[in-house]
Amino acid sequence: MAEAIVAQNVTKDFVLRRHKTFKQMSVAKMRGQETVNRFNAVDDVSFTINEGESVGLMGLNGSGKSTLLKVISGVMKPNKGTILTRGRIAGLIATGAGFQNSLSGLDNIFLNAAIYGLTEKETKAVLDDIIDFADIGQFIDQPVGTYSSGMSSRLGFSIAVHVDCDIFLADEILAVGDKPFKRKCMTKMEEIRNSGKTIVYVSHAAASVQKMCDRVIALEKGRLLFDGDVDEGIRILDYGDEDGDELAADDAELGADV
Amino acid sequence: MSEATLAHGSTEDAELPPLVPPSSTLGLLSVFRRRYLLKLLVQRELSARYEQSFLGFLWSYINPLSQFFIYWYIMGTIMGAHKSVENYPVHVFSGLIIVHFFTETFGAGTRSIVRNKSLVQKMPLPKEMFPVAAMLVSLYHVIPQMFILLLVCVLTGWHPDLGTLIGGVLALAILMCFGTALALVFSVANVFWRDFGSLVGILTNFVRFGCTMIYSYDMLAQHAGSLRWLVLGNPIAVACLLFQRAFWAFSTENPQHTIKHEFPAHLYHQGVFALIAAFVALLLAQWFFNRFDERIAEQI
Repeated sequence: MAEAIVAQNVTKDFVLRRHKTFKQMSVAKMRGQETVNRFNAVDDVSFTINEGESVGLMGLNGSGKSTLLKVISGVMKPNKGTILTRGRIAGLIATGAGFQNSLSGLDNIFLNAAIYGLTEKETKAVLDDIIDFADIGQFIDQPVGTYSSGMSSRLGFSIAVHVDCDIFLADEILAVGDKPFKRKCMTKMEEIRNSGKTIVYVSHAAASVQKMCDRVIALEKGRLLFDGDVDEGIRILDYGDEDGDELAADDAELGADV
Repeated sequence: MSEATLAHGSTEDAELPPLVPPSSTLGLLSVFRRRYLLKLLVQRELSARYEQSFLGFLWSYINPLSQFFIYWYIMGTIMGAHKSVENYPVHVFSGLIIVHFFTETFGAGTRSIVRNKSLVQKMPLPKEMFPVAAMLVSLYHVIPQMFILLLVCVLTGWHPDLGTLIGGVLALAILMCFGTALALVFSVANVFWRDFGSLVGILTNFVRFGCTMIYSYDMLAQHAGSLRWLVLGNPIAVACLLFQRAFWAFSTENPQHTIKHEFPAHLYHQGVFALIAAFVALLLAQWFFNRFDERIAEQI
C-alpha cells in the first residue's frame, strides 16, 4: 500500500517577539535581554501514514496537534525535516474554515473550493450537496461574518467533505454544532473512511476516536509520545476514564482547544 | 496544495499522484496557473475594495479627479503652468492615470495579505495571489479613466501614431511589473511590521512629485541639470513620459516639435531598459517573498 503522508523529523518552531516597538526593543537590547524567543511547537516528529488509514491525532491542549495539521495541510512549512503528501488535501483546521467575513456563504463556497483546486464546473456539480448538507437555510446568501460559530463550521465542514480529496483532515469538528449535526458529521466521516480515503482526525473524545480510527498518534509538548494501537494510545493519554459513545461525551468535547 | 498534485489529480486519475511537500508552490508561476482562483480573488476584491461605502467604486475616480483639479488650478492657473506647458490639463491627466495606477497597486497590494488574514491562516494557497490580484484590480480601474482621457484627447485634436500604441503598452507593462514587485515586498513586510503600511503613504508622495506630471520634462531638464537622471532612472517616471508621449504630445499643435523638445532623446530605449529593470525587480521581489513566505501564516 502506498504512503499518503510521510513525515520525517518534522520540526516547526515559532518566533515569539517579546517586544513590539522600537522603543521597547532598544531598551531590551541595552539591558542585554533577549528580544526574540523560539519554541518548537512540533519537535522532531516522524511517522508514515498509508493510504486508506484513519489516524487519530491526540494530545493535551498545546501539544502541537493543530500545528502538525497545518504542516500536513501546507499552511505552514516545517523548519527542519520534510513532510510529503500524496493527492488533494481537504479539511478543517482549528474549528472553522478560512472564510472571508464580508463575502456571502455562497461566494465563500466558490472561493474555498477554488483554493482546494476545484474548477468552476466541479464546484457547481457539488454546490447543491454542500448547501443541503450545511442546512443553514436562507443564511447562505448572507455575509459569513453574520454567522454563528455553529453555522460557519457547518458550512466549512460541508465544503470540506464534498471536495473530492485524497486526504481528509478534521480538527475538532465536533466541538461546535448541535447533536443532530454531530451525528450527521460522524456518518459522513465514516463514509469518507469507508471510501478508502486517508483521514487524520484530531479529537479529545476518546470514544469517537475509538469508533473512527484504526491508529493513534499522540503528541506531548510537540514530541511524538505514542504511535500505534488505538486503545493503548488512549490509555497512555489517560483519556480512558470517559465512557459512553461520542455523542454522549459532550463534556469531553466542551473542553476542545481552538 | 502543490501544482504537481493539481496537474496529476485532474489528468491521470488512474495513476497515483506523486508524494510532494504540501506547501510547495512555484510563486508567481502558480498564480498564473491557477487563473480561476485569481479571477475569483479579483472579482471579490473589486466588490470589497470600497465595501460599505455609499459611493463605492466611484472613489477610484474621485481620488484622481480631485488631484487633477488641484494640479489644474494651483499649478496651472496660479503657478502659471498653463502658459508654459501647452495643453497642460492633458499633460497632467495622462501622467496622473499612469501614476495613479502605480500608487493604487502599491497601496492596495501592500495591505492585501493582512486583509486576507483569515484565508492565509487556514488555507494553503500561493500568497502571491493577493498582491497580484490587487494589481489587476487597479489595472481594471484604469479602463474608464482611459476613456475620459481619449475623449479629451480627441476633442483637442489628437492624431495618434504607432508609437502611441507601443508607448502606452510599454508604460503599462513597466508598471505592472514594477508595481507587483513593490507590492510583493511591502505586502510581506507589512505582515511583520505594520510600519510598512504607513511608509507607503510617504513613498507615494515622492512618486507623485518624482514624475513629470505637474511639471514638464523641459522644466526638469532646465532646473535639475544632471540630477534629472535621478528622475529618469525611475521606471515610474519613464512610464509616465511614455504615456505622455503617447497622448499629450499628439494633442499639441506640432507633435514632432513637442516630442523633440519636451522629451528625452532616446525615450523608447529608456522604456525598454525600464521594463528590463522592472522585471529584474520582480524577480528580486519573488526571491524576497520566498524567504519570508513560510513565516507569514504564523506572524499575521
